[in-house]
Amino acid sequence: MSSTMPMQEYISPGHMACPGCGAVLAMRYILNVLGEKTVVVIPASCWSVIDGVFPYSAVRVPLFHTAFETAASVASGIKAGLDIQGDTETTVLAFAGDGATFDIGFQALSGAAERNEDFIYVCYDNEAYMNTGVQRSSATPYGAWTTTTPVRHPKDRPKKRILEIMAAHEIPYAATASIAYPDDLSAKVKKAKGIYGTKFLHIFSPCPTGWKSKSSQIIKIARLAVHTKVFPLYEVENGFTFHINMEPKNIPVREYLKLQGRFAHLSEEDIADIQRQVDEEWEHLLKRALY
Amino acid sequence: MIKVMIGNHAVSYGVMLSRVQVIPAYPITPQTSIVEELSEFCADGHLNARFIKVESEHSAMACCIGASAAGARTFTATSSQGLALMHEMLHWATGARLPIVMANVNRALGPPWNIWNDQTDSLSQRDTGWLQFYCESNQEVLDTVIQSFKISEEVLLPTMLVLDAFFLSHTAEAVDVPDAQDVDRYLPRYQARYRLDVDNPHSFGNLATPEYYQGFRNKIQDDMIRARTVAKKADEDFESIFHRSYGFTEAYQCEGADLILVTSGTVVSTSRIVIDELRKEGRKVGLLKIRMFRPFPFDDVIGALKDAKKVAVLDRAISFGHSGIFAQEIMSAMYNQPSKPLIYSYITGLGGLDVTPRIITDIINDACERDIPPQESIWIGGKS
Ligand SMILES: Cc1ncc(C[n+]2csc(CCOP(=O)(O)OP(=O)(O)O)c2C)c(N)n1
Ligand code: SF4
Ligand SMILES: [Mg+2]
Repeated sequence: MSSTMPMQEYISPGHMACPGCGAVLAMRYILNVLGEKTVVVIPASCWSVIDGVFPYSAVRVPLFHTAFETAASVASGIKAGLDIQGDTETTVLAFAGDGATFDIGFQALSGAAERNEDFIYVCYDNEAYMNTGVQRSSATPYGAWTTTTPVRHPKDRPKKRILEIMAAHEIPYAATASIAYPDDLSAKVKKAKGIYGTKFLHIFSPCPTGWKSKSSQIIKIARLAVHTKVFPLYEVENGFTFHINMEPKNIPVREYLKLQGRFAHLSEEDIADIQRQVDEEWEHLLKRALY
Repeated sequence: MIKVMIGNHAVSYGVMLSRVQVIPAYPITPQTSIVEELSEFCADGHLNARFIKVESEHSAMACCIGASAAGARTFTATSSQGLALMHEMLHWATGARLPIVMANVNRALGPPWNIWNDQTDSLSQRDTGWLQFYCESNQEVLDTVIQSFKISEEVLLPTMLVLDAFFLSHTAEAVDVPDAQDVDRYLPRYQARYRLDVDNPHSFGNLATPEYYQGFRNKIQDDMIRARTVAKKADEDFESIFHRSYGFTEAYQCEGADLILVTSGTVVSTSRIVIDELRKEGRKVGLLKIRMFRPFPFDDVIGALKDAKKVAVLDRAISFGHSGIFAQEIMSAMYNQPSKPLIYSYITGLGGLDVTPRIITDIINDACERDIPPQESIWIGGKS
């Protein structure tokens, strides 16, 4: 397979993620594109650990660890600090989990996006608070098990539609991407790098540990997420122009759900219900999108 | 140049003269006119800084942390609820060893809502690892902003300078505004020793084992202690250029005093007048102003108080279930001294309650008359 991905690596062996962690792949692909003139902000998350234990770091660009809800505000400060010293070249990357983005850090993110702060904000979405042991977040999908949504009472609300919420800030660029499609992901990072203002990338990043699935199957699961329309790949420019980047193959959601223990408790009825919800959301997206 | 200005604008001028580079800001009464004035300075080009209109104080401090980590000189201002909201990030600024300077205008915490003077907001942040200076006049406010950067950037710890709501923040006084060139000489442009640098990449703040963690905390304490020497030198150097200095404390008429009143902020000014009056009547009373609260100026406090028979501490704050916060600190400072005064804790002036000469005199008389300090603080004024 030919790939447009650059070969320079910025993550070294010895990081502390579980085998098969999607969040590591997401960071790796992104830094491959952004290169050495990048400063990364990491709020509390699995990535607080993945980076490694002092005095070691698995990342070869400057990295600033910060409090859970502050990725966007710290990134704003770093950008301003570099800017006023004459460095307008360095890319500031906020790299936050779904909890940090959808929930506790949402206010700061919304504020920064409204101000159109010049950074790339990546939400690596593993659909729960993994660092603290798989509690639900507002990114957890309907029907999923987590340690705070036990199988007797699984998540009973849909996943927050974060991309549309971010697009509604009329930021120049917002896109979904997946670790299963690195070329699409890399192209989006490259595009984001060339745009001034707030760029938001929502990256589907499976977590074998929290999803109770096999490490060897995470890429397959991520592909199925796209082709079952659970996680469509699309982008939104300037808040209004929606563009779908990959036509889903219309595989039934069952195929996606069955590879993950977190959905093992679902009945046929539940699965039909999820299929209906996914179809509805896809229709909703189609109405806004251009292919 | 002498200018008449309110305390808040004295802060703003101090910030402009310090050539601050990034100012994340969020409004709250009675702080707001500090950052309003700064936004004017930035808009007019008098100050070449990024002024970031964040969506909360938590983000203001987080943004300061980012900017400071990137190597920029950074300032913000807040008050009361805003300071409380920042709490998590105050610790972060210290742990990340960032020389951020912040002005806190002392204001009461709700409920009930109250926008007036009260020191509980800043004193509640005592253990966050910020240096704290309590100012008495607008001149002291302006000068302390400049000194704060000098000290913070040397010890790599953040500084909070504190001024009273309305009594300073909104009261106009004549202020000698230093010459910009002189300030540049005193406080050269900021060159961060450690910063996020793509040419020298490091990870800041990653997971540390208990051994390293405790080692880092120990270093913070060492540098807090060192901050005393650094602050003394910063004050002396300031005096040699600007002919003004403040010390960590100010002992007023303490020589031979049987009773010494200890307090901070604008109450000090009122207390000086009371002490003068009582001295005229032949009473042996003195006054100790506490300007630097963190690091705590043990030697100055012990030196001033050790020979007194009694000490009355006037607190505009209360640690519920214990006593006035300054009182606790003074008691702990004196405890191991071979000769030590009896120490009385008085609470007054909360929520902006006017601390009049009458109240101060009542406190002094009360302490003189009581043989033994009661275990609980004595409350003066206020409705029950
Ligand atoms: C203010 C605050 N509340 C709670 C925590 C505990 N905490 C740390 S990481 C985390 C969950 C992170 O979830 P997410 O952002 O989805 O990242 P993930 O761990 O899944 O990679 C929580 C709850 C914290 N560090 N700070
Ligand atoms: S728990 Fe999940 S997200 Fe966290 S390191 Fe392991 S695989 Fe990655
Ligand atoms: Mg998560």
